[in-house]
Amino acid sequence: MMGEHPAAIVSSAAGTNAGGSWSSETAAIELFGVTKTFGDGPKATPALGPLDLAIETGSFVSIVGPSGCGKSTLLRLIAGLEKPTGGRLRRYGDELDGPSRKVGIVFQDHVLFPWASVLENVMLPADVLSLPKAAALERAHWLLELTGLKDFAGHKPHMLSGGMKQRAAFCRAVLADPQLLLLDEPFGALDALTREELSLELSRLWQELGRTALLITHDLGEAILLGDRIVIMSDRPGRIRLDMRVDLPRPRDVHTMKDPRFIEIHQIARDLLFTRQRN
Amino acid sequence: MDTSWKAISARATTPLIYLVLTILWEAGTRAFHIPGWILPAPTAIFAMAKEWAPELLYNTYVTVRETIIGFVLALVLSLPLAVIIAFTSTARRLLYPILLGLQSVPKVALAPLVILWLGIGNWPKIVIVVLVCFFPILVNVVAGFEAVPKPMMDLMYSLRASKLAIFRRLRAPIAMPHLFTGCKIAITFAVIGAVIGEFVAAQEGLGYMILVSTAQSQTPLAFAAILLLTFISIALYYAIEFLEKKFVTWHP
Repeated sequence: MMGEHPAAIVSSAAGTNAGGSWSSETAAIELFGVTKTFGDGPKATPALGPLDLAIETGSFVSIVGPSGCGKSTLLRLIAGLEKPTGGRLRRYGDELDGPSRKVGIVFQDHVLFPWASVLENVMLPADVLSLPKAAALERAHWLLELTGLKDFAGHKPHMLSGGMKQRAAFCRAVLADPQLLLLDEPFGALDALTREELSLELSRLWQELGRTALLITHDLGEAILLGDRIVIMSDRPGRIRLDMRVDLPRPRDVHTMKDPRFIEIHQIARDLLFTRQRN
Repeated sequence: MDTSWKAISARATTPLIYLVLTILWEAGTRAFHIPGWILPAPTAIFAMAKEWAPELLYNTYVTVRETIIGFVLALVLSLPLAVIIAFTSTARRLLYPILLGLQSVPKVALAPLVILWLGIGNWPKIVIVVLVCFFPILVNVVAGFEAVPKPMMDLMYSLRASKLAIFRRLRAPIAMPHLFTGCKIAITFAVIGAVIGEFVAAQEGLGYMILVSTAQSQTPLAFAAILLLTFISIALYYAIEFLEKKFVTWHP
């Protein structure tokens, strides 16, 4: 599937796939008794866990939880941007040691560089990782076309709408063809309509790219619409309260939200989120 | 038509105010018979400036030269130091407090010492200009290198970007507006520094001209020199702002 578009060119030429491809049985991410505490001594506040979680390669997992439950901390741990206080994390079978170039992140607030054009922003990973320029450029243009930003490649971010900025941020995150895509409330700063539009678009893009994805969100509908699985977290310190398979057919669209199964899953998860009993 | 008239009148407001003030000044000195050696009339200043045009022009050149050489030297010295401070925590811990302390020394007070050490050529004046320009540039650029928002840093960390890549792609562009802020402060100080240097010991320059002409009660000439200094300050400031608009085209 990947062989047809420029994705394959970048990854093979740059050797980002040098670690070999993983069999589908290997979990992309495994967490064993992971905890995170901020501060120490009497001021220590447990933020997360203990938490066990495994994310299968190629799946889309949505993590939902009330604000302040540590779900963003969980993403930062998986990204390697923070170290766990306790427990172990593995990424593709290897002990996690800091950030990896095989992981792409879409941050809550687009984090585009205001001095660079959209194309330059999207090309940032190619620059930093010294990927072959021509192939990366080809892929950047392909991604911009895919996300409807083709005509804005030369624009500065401030000339773009919120949704377009987030699309550009998505292109940047997947430019180096990461095996794992981490989405930290990517639609958090957008209005409801743009949110829905973008989440459907993301669903389509994810299918096209066929990579493992982890979405952090507080929007249950979004989580179900996008995920193969939804994981519901408790209040701080965040633990897993529900881990549920979303057996809705793909591709999903606006009509998916009217599917009785969607409504059923939504109801179950909602009840759980609202009872707020700690486990 | 209507909008263009509005635009013209908006642009004309400030020059008009200046014109009115000049006329009031002229009228005031005439009406109250103020002696020319206390407050000369604008026409008297202009007449004197015309008479002394070659000297004024040459001394303007001298002062501008000192100002620009000193400013550029300060830039050349402070930028690498700012990079070192931003890059190495040891340099930051050792050097930065010292530099911040030195920043508090009133540089103008050092002028007589600089003259004592370096004599009365061009260099002592340039050194004074360097001293007054150095710190505003350094402090602003260091602050600029550190003004990186955490999410942008996370983005670079997530790519395992090297320190050099973080510097080139993130810290340097972020620091650009700060660099220009520092330069704008510095260039204003630079003109003051040059004049102070010329006050303390010099045989040429607009500061020297002010000193000599006031000593000889040639007040109109002093005023002409002061006006020229003001124009120099404004022109240099806008030159930097022009460069800033050319290089910093982005909005934060």
